[in-house]
Order: sequence, then structure tokens, then C-alpha cells
Amino acid sequence: MIAASFDYVEATSVEHAISLFAEHEDAKFLAGGHSLIPMMKLRLVSSSVLIDIGRIAELSYIEDRGDHVALGALTRHRELESSTVLAEHLPLLAHVAGEVGDPQVRNRGTLGGSLVHGDPAADLPAASLALGASMVITGAGGTRVVPAAEFFLNFLETAVGDGELLTEIRFPKRTGAGWAYQKFNRRAMDYAIVAVAVQLGQNPGIALVNMGSTPHLALAASAALAAGAPATAIVDAVLEGTAGWNDANATREYREHLARVLTSRALAQAGYTS
Amino acid sequence: MSTVSVSITVNGERRTHEVEPRVLLVHYLRDVLRLTGTHVGCDTSNCGACTVILDGAAAKSCTVLAVQARECEITTIEGLAAPGEPFSAVQQGFHQEHGLQCGYCTPGMIMACTALLAENPDPTEHEIRHALEGNLCRCTGYQMIVNSVRWAADHPDGIVPESSDAAPSAPAMQGAES
Repeated sequence: MIAASFDYVEATSVEHAISLFAEHEDAKFLAGGHSLIPMMKLRLVSSSVLIDIGRIAELSYIEDRGDHVALGALTRHRELESSTVLAEHLPLLAHVAGEVGDPQVRNRGTLGGSLVHGDPAADLPAASLALGASMVITGAGGTRVVPAAEFFLNFLETAVGDGELLTEIRFPKRTGAGWAYQKFNRRAMDYAIVAVAVQLGQNPGIALVNMGSTPHLALAASAALAAGAPATAIVDAVLEGTAGWNDANATREYREHLARVLTSRALAQAGYTS
Repeated sequence: MSTVSVSITVNGERRTHEVEPRVLLVHYLRDVLRLTGTHVGCDTSNCGACTVILDGAAAKSCTVLAVQARECEITTIEGLAAPGEPFSAVQQGFHQEHGLQCGYCTPGMIMACTALLAENPDPTEHEIRHALEGNLCRCTGYQMIVNSVRWAADHPDGIVPESSDAAPSAPAMQGAES
């Protein structure tokens, strides 16, 4: 499969990328390409010009900033998976990065690319919700910060507007707190049929993969978790606001069953005791 | 139709071509450089048959544009052993442990295993299986492949102990390098 023709330009900095976007009609940013290129090959997406931001070195970093860890949007999954900073302060994030696709995908795919793609079936968007991340978005008018809970707007649509770039993601540290990621799929490299991310500690969060048109923060279950409710009550609350669907992999009922079972397992694995 | 000039070091040799931006790395390797050892399998970044080593890390060349690999170093299956020269340790391991049947997935498997052993020379069975999550084989059931990687880890120079059958060398290939 070969994508429809497009022109190619390379950006050398964030400002350059944003100015290139303004100069071209129908442009898209290309980061690791592991969401965009498959969609362009299937001709689900086309663009007259790709602006390659993949080599902007200033967007690849993992920085300990005291109460939070800041990650450049172009940091690759493999770097998250093997980061000692994340292993200590955000083990859920490091673990989830290691659950994305397969080693080849993790060597190329980027954190920012996965978040901006906003796929409800992807792993890292749900992790960003459970962890209460903040998204730093840069455009021609400067930067703004959007909480993860307000970032995923619709199917494959995020708060990042035309000509804007997600440049940094900030995660409050979760040092020493319990966590778990329960992912159910049929083959090792597949997307989850359903997955559940649980982060305990201050501002605990539960997020679901593939239980609606966007990555889903389970607000009621997260509130029950924060209130110290019994695990069974949290499980009973986890489907609130979800919109599972029927497809070749699973019926809605089966997805809902999975979400409940995986939440229960995740709470136990995280060491949650009410 | 616009083209871009792309220079890539492939198997130690710097190559420069004008390519359309939409040309995938796997098509560049196969159709432009005529290095057909890298296979197209699923063409959807699932099966791993197109795996090459890109700046030291395994990558699926059906999901990388050739232009994204400019100024990078690529190793393909052809780069592991020159014609007539001994196999690499991983290639020899696949031979010793019968790590293939039809052979379609094999170049990608060998490149993924080569990347694994470069990073982790003594992997456990679990680590081998985890590292091969992105490579599908419909023939072997994977056990022989895992055994092949362990053989390569145990024989990092690729030399078969004297008591075993004589080691074959890579077959001489014609026209594989232009």
C-alpha cells in the first residue's frame, strides 16, 4: 500500500515547524509516523505536505523537575520504557510505554504522537489520564497548558488545534504509590480490546482503553477510589460514562465485563485496600 | 510529483537517490537498491517481515518513509554476512536449530534477534519472546526460533563446535548488490 502523493519539508525547530504550517495548505506534522503513515497508506488520511518534526532534538527529553517529570513530545516509547527517572517516579508510565505495540514500534513511536493521535485503543492516552498529566501546546500565539482530562475531545481529535504542536507533557510524580495496568488482547502486539490503568496515591485515577470514542477517564470510579470506597464499589462505578461497542473482537457486553474484571484485577495488583 | 534527495548508509555503503517522499523504506531497499532480502509481509506494521536495523534499533521498514531514514545507518539481512563469508551468529543459530520452515519471516526475525543480542547478549527465554512480539511466524510455533536465538547467545562468534556438522557458509549471491 502506498500513500497518495505529498510534498515533504523538514522542520528544524518548534518555531520553524509552526511557520512552515502557516506557509502550506493542508499540511500535517510527521513525528515518529507510526500512526500517521499506516493511515496514509490505507488512504484514510491524505495531506498535500508533511512537515517532518521528527528530528527536532529539543523535543526529546525526560526531565526531573521536583514535583513532576516533564517529557518532550518526541520522546520515544523505548526511552520511556527504559528510563530510570520514570521507573522511580512514574512506574505506571514506564510500564505502559513498554506495552505499546512491539519493540520495533516502540523504537520509532513517540509519546506526543500517540497522545495527539488520540486513539481510544492506544495505551499511553489512558495512562496520561490516570496519571493526571498536563499537555503543553505551542502555537503561533505562545503556549497553553491543557489538563489530560480536557485534552481528548472526540474520536482521533484532541485539543491541539491546526498549526499547533504538543511540545511537552508533564506528569506529577507518583513515587512509591501503587499502580497497575491490565491489558487484554489476543496477540502480544495488538491494541487492547479493553485495558485499565490504575494509579493510587494522591489524586488517584482510573482510565479505560477502548471503552468509548475517546481515551476515557473513569470519573466516578476515580472519585470512589479517592474516597477510599470498597473495591467492589469502584468496580460498580467504572462503566459510568463509557460507550463500548460491538465489533469483530468483542460485543459491548463482553467489553463491559472485561472492564469490570480488569478493574478488579488492577486494584488488587496495585495493592488497593479500602 | 516532487522528489527529495535521500542519502542513506546501507550495509556500510552510502547510497544517494532521488525518491518521492511517499516511498517507504522497504520499497526503497527492495526496488531501488534491489536488496530483496527484506520482505514485505502484512504491509501494516504487524508481522515484522520487513524489520531492518535503523541506527542500531530494529524498525519496521514498511512504516518508515525512506526520507525519514536519510543520513541514517541501515543494516539489512544482506549486511550480516557477505557472499561466501561465514554466517553471523544469529544466522548460524537459525541454521543449527532449524529456526525456519518456509523462510518468509526469517530475514525480519534475524534482524530483530540481532538487535536484541546487540543490546542484551544473554537474554532469558522470556526476554527473547518479548523481543519477538513484533515478528509473526506461521510455521514454527516459535520454539525453534527461541532455540536459535539461545544458540546465537551461547555462540557469539557463530562458530559451530567441532563435534557438530560442518558449518555451511552463506551462499554466493548474484546481483544482490548493485
